[in-house]
Amino acid sequence: MTAVAVPGGLGRHALAALRRNRAAVVSACLLGLIVVLVIAGPWLSPHDYYETDFDRILAPPSLAGGHLFGTDDLGRDLFVRTLAGGRISLAVGVVATAVSLLIGVAWGAVAGYLGGRIDHLMMRVVDILYAMPFMFFVILLMVVFGRNILLIFVAIGAVNWLDMARIVRGQTLSLRQQEFVEAAEATGVSTFSILRRHIVPNLLGVVVVYATLTIPQVILVESFLSFLGLGVQEPMSSWGSLVQQGSRLMETAPWMLVFPGLFLATTLFCFNFLGDGLRDALDPRDRPR
Amino acid sequence: MLRYALTRLASAIPTLLLVVALAFMLVRAAPGGPFDTERRLSPAMEQRLAEAYHLNEPLPQQFLRYLGGLLQGDLGPSYRYRQSDVSELIADGFPVSLKIGGLAMLLAVALGIAAGTLAALRQNRLVDHLVMALSMTGISVPNFVVAPVLVLIFAVVLRWLPAGDLASPAHYVLPVIALALPQLAYIARLTRASMIDVLKSPYIRTARAQGLSERSIVLQHALKPTLLPVVSYLGPATAAILTGSVVIEQIFNLPGLGRFFVQGALNRDYTLVMGVVVFYGVLIVLFNFVVDLLYGLLDPRVRYR
Repeated sequence: MTAVAVPGGLGRHALAALRRNRAAVVSACLLGLIVVLVIAGPWLSPHDYYETDFDRILAPPSLAGGHLFGTDDLGRDLFVRTLAGGRISLAVGVVATAVSLLIGVAWGAVAGYLGGRIDHLMMRVVDILYAMPFMFFVILLMVVFGRNILLIFVAIGAVNWLDMARIVRGQTLSLRQQEFVEAAEATGVSTFSILRRHIVPNLLGVVVVYATLTIPQVILVESFLSFLGLGVQEPMSSWGSLVQQGSRLMETAPWMLVFPGLFLATTLFCFNFLGDGLRDALDPRDRPR
Repeated sequence: MLRYALTRLASAIPTLLLVVALAFMLVRAAPGGPFDTERRLSPAMEQRLAEAYHLNEPLPQQFLRYLGGLLQGDLGPSYRYRQSDVSELIADGFPVSLKIGGLAMLLAVALGIAAGTLAALRQNRLVDHLVMALSMTGISVPNFVVAPVLVLIFAVVLRWLPAGDLASPAHYVLPVIALALPQLAYIARLTRASMIDVLKSPYIRTARAQGLSERSIVLQHALKPTLLPVVSYLGPATAAILTGSVVIEQIFNLPGLGRFFVQGALNRDYTLVMGVVVFYGVLIVLFNFVVDLLYGLLDPRVRYR
């Protein structure tokens, strides 16, 4: 049997508190809408993201012209490119966050549970890595191993686990003192089983909160790389590369900057609001009074 | 205090070494040599190049050579710009990045603390909501979106401010604002949360009970402890501003180190990229060390732990 203590879990109270937070609810709805649009949009549209239409280069947005968001300098439909780019951005966000969760939770839980010298050593490693200019290392990785989308996932995830490790460790320290962990220890359950069945499940709440806050950071990193031309490669797009193309042509075709920028900003906004809301809902101390 | 400083220094050194070693190993792990071009070179030519750049020595020796050079401020030759050294390129670009970054940092800290304090003193009132909403925007909208939008509005449409290079003081306004915005927003949030916390503490209640004015409570008693989290955020903030300067220099076409870095990255100029990573890495580690010392000065509790 897995013991799940109420404070860590996403209990009914937390959900109720979240529902009262209007910004978080609106953000969740908007995010849902963006996800549906990004997944379904490219299927429904008559255009493909790589298809060029040389009769309609830099066409402004219009419903009648068939290009809802207009076209870019190669006559490609911006609506489809924005949504297809969103697929990449969101996928990077979710996958890289999952990688960072895996590493961070394992690292933090082990450090916090074992304690003592091992904990000290493991946390020193986190401190040292924390002080490094991580974006520059990601760029160095891209330069050295080529611009590979898979590598982007792994690289971002592998350097973004530090916050998670710190938070998980803190939680584990307090969980370790709970009676059900002591009971498991007393009955001779192995360390690995205690971690897997008693500690990690109870971290779910915190992990959900910080995953929600990690996703926007990761999306930001990916768009940053793509903006510099080090992320996804043509003809594929991501919100970062679209913003970059838009910023080059913003004087003649401002829509190329506005739509991808709007999608990117809205998504980051919503994740941040939702994450803040979740954190407040789970941690009554910080709730605004 | 001296002991505290020494222990902090002792912990900064492994970080420094790690930064250099990691960058070095990554570059050496790269598939293909630095001279792989479309043109095939003759074996003799390749041999000569390898010798000239010491690529034929065993790795540990190469690493020691690199470290030795580093201590003398020599980051090796650039593989692409054959006529100049990496350190020369850094010496060319960094002053520009430093000016922009330093100004952005000042702006972010000064305005961030002011806005955060204001919001905390008017908690849950209009000003607070306004500051919080603006800071959420600052955190969520990346600066490579903010910067082109600022240029579009203030330089292209309204024509109030110039954008493009650094010919006059007015040219600094837009890039510095764009660079400072996310950090300003974050510092405002930090300050607000910290100030609210501090104002609840018993010694502030005591000060109130003694009838001190609100002004002296905030400025003389609450502000210093409030700033502790802000001080410890200065390290990450510097890293973020250095990172941000890479895109800002790109957008505003400034001849800073960030632009060299991106060009080096796109040209696969290993030594240049590695040189900049090491340079910024060392800079950040040293800055963190200074911040730690500052923290020790501000908070006497830390010193004696």
